[in-house]
Amino acid sequence: MQYLLLLYASEAGWSKLTPAEQEQGVAAYRAYTEALNNAGVLRGSNRLQPISAASTVRLSNGKSQVLDGPYAESKEQLGGYYLIDVPDLDAALSWAARCPGASHGVVEVRPIWART
Amino acid sequence: MADAVARRSYSKLVAFLAARTGDVAAAEDALSEAFASALVDWPRKGCPANPEAWLLTVARRKIIDASRRQRRGEIATGHWQLLAEGLDAAAASKEIPDHRLALMFACAHPALESGVRAPLMLQVVLGVDAATIASAFLVSPTTMGQRLVRAKNKIRQAGIPFSIPEREELPDRLAAVLDAIYAAFAEGWADPGGTDVARRDLAEEALFLGGLVAELLPGESEALGLLALMLHAEARRRARRNDRGEYVPLAEQDPGLWDARMIDTAERLLRRAGALGSIGRYQLEGALQSAHIHRRRTGEANWSEVVQLYDALLTLVGSPVVAINRALALAELEGPRAALEAMKDLDGDGRLTEYQPYWAARAELLARTDARDEAARAYEIAIGLERDPAVRRFLQQRRSNCNSVNGER
Repeated sequence: MQYLLLLYASEAGWSKLTPAEQEQGVAAYRAYTEALNNAGVLRGSNRLQPISAASTVRLSNGKSQVLDGPYAESKEQLGGYYLIDVPDLDAALSWAARCPGASHGVVEVRPIWART
Repeated sequence: MADAVARRSYSKLVAFLAARTGDVAAAEDALSEAFASALVDWPRKGCPANPEAWLLTVARRKIIDASRRQRRGEIATGHWQLLAEGLDAAAASKEIPDHRLALMFACAHPALESGVRAPLMLQVVLGVDAATIASAFLVSPTTMGQRLVRAKNKIRQAGIPFSIPEREELPDRLAAVLDAIYAAFAEGWADPGGTDVARRDLAEEALFLGGLVAELLPGESEALGLLALMLHAEARRRARRNDRGEYVPLAEQDPGLWDARMIDTAERLLRRAGALGSIGRYQLEGALQSAHIHRRRTGEANWSEVVQLYDALLTLVGSPVVAINRALALAELEGPRAALEAMKDLDGDGRLTEYQPYWAARAELLARTDARDEAARAYEIAIGLERDPAVRRFLQQRRSNCNSVNGER
């Protein structure tokens, strides 16, 4: 089964880190990605630009409305994702727990709609 | 006895089918159709040599038919082929593999809302119907039905596995299974008069589940501890009411009315759990039950042992409920004032404003310190919060004792 791990963390928290700490953080993600690769479960992954770069689009009365900013304002923002392929939810949860994002934010685990 | 055999078969078959398909609802539907076919078929043609295998073969056909209907056009033939072969192999073998424990772990998975785990286990593992569960948990049948459907969907969609967790995860995950069983038992226990059939049966069902876990995981001390705890409580069911249906507190119960066999079994389980060398919540609670019974049987006060057990339990679970019971035991050892002092930490706890035992305990202790007005007020609140009429009458009696002494002054 495929699962999307959605990584939510406070963007403000990240910018408060020292360059050395940021580098450490990046290294942790690199190692995690490597581990997923090694296990042969990684199907895709990306880091997202901060919400200051986000735009939201909605079509209403046939006209598209574009708004500055993310869909929902919250304390923690979606900052990246991993798409993984593992046998079941327990395996997905155990990968989510190892993600560096789980220690400085939260990781939402969502099963992908299966196209059987 | 026939009922127990049917129940055993049901849980084994549903567990096997669910583990194979990952779909609890589909397994239940197929199995109930298979039972319906059996009702028509068996009286005419005679009972098959291996009823479980017969039911499994029919249920297997129903599952495959249903999934073909549902996923017409987009069916992954290979998957169903594989499933069909696996089910056939099982039906052909004499013993159906036992996945009941795995099914319980799925029903008590942390990804499911905690409140639905006990109801889900009762329905899926034991086949208790939604209306009965709803009445026992005091919610409407519609609401309970929706919750159960939602939970089964989540199991299927999220890919919750039907497996026994890895060694390192086992203690936490087992705790969730045991908590769900105990929640079911507690709901059943809440109707000691046994007037509410749904509730009384729930205690029995929970005992069955607890027995199953203890049987399948004999090396887990907490599984043994929970079964011991429930047996100890169940053993005193008849003694909790007198002939007039009035509530009888433990200190005034007739030990002759206790079920000695259940108590013996509970004691044996506790000894086995103790020998395993790890301590846990249910083991401690079982030990407390054992201590209370020992005191009543021998007349030897063992309050310092009881307080020590509560101390250990408090360290382990830190629940205000434990703190209340500890205070009541402390009152026997050091007097009601010391107990009230110990309860002071709880006074601001918002969770307790609606918790009957807190007010009943406070009332009792206040009455013993002669703070009669305060005691009467606390009794009043406790009475207002109680849902069992017999306990309500008992508390009203205690409250009026406060008043009559007041009147004499």
